[in-house]
Amino acid sequence: MHSRNVMPEQALETQLLELNIGPQHPSTHGVFRMEVVLDGENVVKLKPVMGYLHRNHEQLAEDMTYIGSMPFTDRLDYFCAMTNNLAYAIAVEKLVGLDVPERAQYIRVIMSELTRLVNHTAVTGFLLNDLGAFFTPTLYAFREREKILDLFEAASGSRMMCNYMRFGGVREDLPDGFLEGACEVVDYYPKFLDEFEKLLTENEILRARTQRVGILPKELAVSASVTGPMLRASGVNYDIRKVDRYSIYDRFDFKIPLGSIGDVYDRYYVRILEMRESVKILDKVLRDIPSGEYLSPRGKAISKAPRTFKPPKGEAYGRIESPKGELGFYLVSDGSVNPYRYHVRPPSFINLTILEDMCLGHKVADAVIILGSVDIVMGEVDR
Amino acid sequence: MNDLLRPDATQQALQQRVPGLTLTIEGDALIIPADRLLEVGRFLKESEPYRLDYLSNLCAVDFVVEGAHLETVYHLYSMEKKHGPVVLKVRVPRDNPHQPSVVSVWRGAEYQEREAYDLYGIIYDGHPDLRRILMWDGFDGHPMRKDYVQEDQDALEERHA
Repeated sequence: MHSRNVMPEQALETQLLELNIGPQHPSTHGVFRMEVVLDGENVVKLKPVMGYLHRNHEQLAEDMTYIGSMPFTDRLDYFCAMTNNLAYAIAVEKLVGLDVPERAQYIRVIMSELTRLVNHTAVTGFLLNDLGAFFTPTLYAFREREKILDLFEAASGSRMMCNYMRFGGVREDLPDGFLEGACEVVDYYPKFLDEFEKLLTENEILRARTQRVGILPKELAVSASVTGPMLRASGVNYDIRKVDRYSIYDRFDFKIPLGSIGDVYDRYYVRILEMRESVKILDKVLRDIPSGEYLSPRGKAISKAPRTFKPPKGEAYGRIESPKGELGFYLVSDGSVNPYRYHVRPPSFINLTILEDMCLGHKVADAVIILGSVDIVMGEVDR
Repeated sequence: MNDLLRPDATQQALQQRVPGLTLTIEGDALIIPADRLLEVGRFLKESEPYRLDYLSNLCAVDFVVEGAHLETVYHLYSMEKKHGPVVLKVRVPRDNPHQPSVVSVWRGAEYQEREAYDLYGIIYDGHPDLRRILMWDGFDGHPMRKDYVQEDQDALEERHA
């Protein structure tokens, strides 16, 4: 008779499975690959592999005039062209010591905060994609994002590749009707966030999938140079808008939302709260904006004749709080028309440093949402 | 920048507290001898009143004229004290670019050092996993060096000649 005994123990061999996730999986946010080693479904090792979109942005910029690489900064984090422009403009202004007129400062803050709304809305939608809620939340998010992109188009001529900031101000003044349109969008935004939150924040599936997943402890976050909503979700109060008070951020009253655990859920929720704070800033800035120049005379001269613009020998590091974290530009000038060294400090590249630490012990499906909660854009990671 | 973090103040404090260390100032930056980098890093990170716990930016620069060397630039801030930056620079010769890695002090250096190694060829001794990160494995050379020649640099010109 056939024995129904279980197999002898030595026959039950298990082995670790090496798996490539990406570079083309839809949830990987672009051409990004993760080499994972799995024990069953659990991640025991994870190495990110990147560079598929590498075009040596930095070297291209070193062969160009200073203003010439402004449009290329749009293509770093293509969701946040405006803040990329701003960070680069601030670095150059620091290098040369350029002043920015009052109205231009207000325009810059308007554009930065609108960009923050765009980015956080989109990334929340994508996070839900990664969770398996395929494209319904994303389209809710994109519906709102499109209204803001219309505003960007009205101001700069392009929805995403704005190329709008200039050294010493912005390229064009705001068109007629922009402020009214922006007020309308901003006034409606809290209603959209309420609707979004009603669907998501208390949602049992979202909570079950994201709470206590991908925890990033405070100390590790600081030591690993993590910045932006990721850092704040881990409970570290560090926002460059408050710390450096660049542009005119010292004039607005806004809070810095902090998470307590540092899991995926906290990262989601910190972003929602940050959007509410951005709405507060926008409310004020849209009503207070003064009339005046949008670009300083020196800035106009530079834009008109880029080859006459030769910053003095020296170096500068300018940084801002972009929606993804600290975006910095390090410039070294040798006194010629093109930068001797041009370096981008990309937040999403550096935030990936601790991806493995967050994923260890979790299931493959969780690794996908942990990656989603980091909020990366490959244009910026690979440069 | 507050007075504490001015380059000359930091230089003095470092020279007092780290025995046998001499530093030079260039602009806003302190030039650190490569072999003392880890001591300096740990001191700045751990001691009051600096607590520079956050390595914001690490990148390399290639200087080909005036005493050719490769330089690694560190921008340090403090998340605890909310101050900064302190700028450190380490210089190594272009033909033997070895210097210590600071990953053991600031984990955030891990990918940034890999990038500097990939694009400039600086070897960070003690890095846990020093591999190329943006270029592919098996790529030859370090493309951000000023004397790097693309293999097809002349291809277009030749074709049109």
